[in-house]
Amino acid sequence: MTASPRGRARIRISRFSEFTIETLIRVLGFSTIGLVLLIFLFLLREGVPVFFQVPLRGLFSTRWYPTFGIFGTLPLILGSILVTLLAIVIALPLGVATAVFVREVAPRWAREILKPIIEVLAGIPSVVLGFFGMTFVAPMVRDVLGAPTGLTAFSGAIILAYMALPTLISVAEDALDSVPRSYRDAGLAMGATRWQTIWRVVVPAARSGILTAVMLGMGRAIGETMAVMMVTGNAAVMPSSLASLFRPVRTMTATIAAEMGEVARGSTHYHALFGIGIILFVLTFVINLAAAKAIFQKRRKGGLR
Amino acid sequence: MPLRGTTHRMAIACLAIVCAAGCAGRGTAPNTVGAARVAAAPSVRDSSILNTGSDTLVNLALAWAERYMALQPEVRISVTGGGSGTGIASLINGTIQIANASREMSAEEIAEANKNGITPVRFTVALDAIAVVVNPRNPVKGLTLRQISDLYAGKTARWSSIGGDDRPVVLLSRESNSGTYVYFLEQVLRLGDGKSTTLFSPETLLMPSSEGISTEVRQNVNAIGYDGLGYVTADQKMVAVARTAAGPFVLPSAATVLDKSYPVSRPLYMYTAGEPSGAVRAYLDWVMSEGQGLVTELGFVPLRKSGQ
Repeated sequence: MTASPRGRARIRISRFSEFTIETLIRVLGFSTIGLVLLIFLFLLREGVPVFFQVPLRGLFSTRWYPTFGIFGTLPLILGSILVTLLAIVIALPLGVATAVFVREVAPRWAREILKPIIEVLAGIPSVVLGFFGMTFVAPMVRDVLGAPTGLTAFSGAIILAYMALPTLISVAEDALDSVPRSYRDAGLAMGATRWQTIWRVVVPAARSGILTAVMLGMGRAIGETMAVMMVTGNAAVMPSSLASLFRPVRTMTATIAAEMGEVARGSTHYHALFGIGIILFVLTFVINLAAAKAIFQKRRKGGLR
Repeated sequence: MPLRGTTHRMAIACLAIVCAAGCAGRGTAPNTVGAARVAAAPSVRDSSILNTGSDTLVNLALAWAERYMALQPEVRISVTGGGSGTGIASLINGTIQIANASREMSAEEIAEANKNGITPVRFTVALDAIAVVVNPRNPVKGLTLRQISDLYAGKTARWSSIGGDDRPVVLLSRESNSGTYVYFLEQVLRLGDGKSTTLFSPETLLMPSSEGISTEVRQNVNAIGYDGLGYVTADQKMVAVARTAAGPFVLPSAATVLDKSYPVSRPLYMYTAGEPSGAVRAYLDWVMSEGQGLVTELGFVPLRKSGQ
């Protein structure tokens, strides 16, 4: 069974093209990793000097006046954390309830309409949501709560919650989806009502997946810039008590976005902004790591508990 | 004719690049510089003027550029904002021909320009008044500079202590990258005293745009803000300002800026790298003469009374 010379040539060509394609894909794959690495190195190179130029005590002090050489990042870090946590507190019950409704309760036709609508939510540009927040949510927060201004951490959290919701819902829904049918059947067979089955069996079984959804939603919220900048008022005040929720805050992302345009290259202020970038990167990295760990545990335990 | 078409296309390409760089500029200043350098290829430099800087001036600069290009079709002028600091930095890097600034260049910036072999030349192109604005429902009509300074330093927490209702004060300011912020800090908060170290209260809300300030002032009775006269809309109330408690309390307008009775006004500048020549010179001459006709339309104050 010897192939004709023509057939052999064809095999050689197809081997060659296969080799080319394989190499190409490999190069592209590695270059993505390389790019991320380069960006990280750039961030380090531009940001690390600030840790030498400003003493650590100054860097983690409570006042941020970059134009006058006061670089206390603490109000910015706490501002970001405050807004993000509050956003998740708002988004979690809404997101899980929506996911449960879409996956467990809604009839098939409703699910078919709801799912694409939820996906469309994710596509709304953040600046549009920011504008909505500025002209609608902020005045409402002011009038209903009687705060001096509506541009507060709470208004920002509402907008962020809205932005985190689509991610949260679809990941949580996937988690519910991976709960085997037998669990539901067993629950119902034991005489539990539908509500009891959902609340005591299905949702707990999908717990780690829901945790992942929360982490991903948090990652989205903490990195959001434009909407937050438009709605939170951007006053670098230290959050000190529960009342701070209804006071203006300044987040790390808004600070970088607002000040990078003006700053002189190579100045302490410039390095400080990249320093904030490093802090933000570390925070996001920790959150993503936690999410990855949750996914890993889920796999190990067969998607349950 | 085909040659001219090519030039045009190149100019449009430049414009697009500069626009893209300008839009991205907020977050990535180094990129702006890189892209602008590409755009300023020597072959188009003579007939194409790149003009970047102050957000206060950007609308006026755009209006000038559009009118001038209609009069002189062979000249292409592309205008972008980004803040006085951004414009000056680009001038220092040699990537633009004209920088718009709502403040004078600092000694450090001039030194840095000199290091790059550039001697910045300053042209005063218009005057601007900084209006202090409150919500129309706020009964306060006039404030002294000292009262405004105390408000923004956080010493006055309630409107009732300066003749208003018993309400908390919400302070609004532009972001610290705006020339307006620096001017307001030096001339109003510190009352022109170079040795003063007064700062904006940490409670001050820093708004990313003029639109942010006007929206909040329109909606919130507690708010006080400041912005260039050209950006004050009809639904905000301007406060009359006095140098001392004895008065007179003066509202900002073209007339009160020109006769210097309104205390918070400043010149707006265009900077060039060295004495300008050719198209840039002709443009600046036009801006400071016939171009002044557009200044009032955009809410600024021309260098001279019209008709003079």
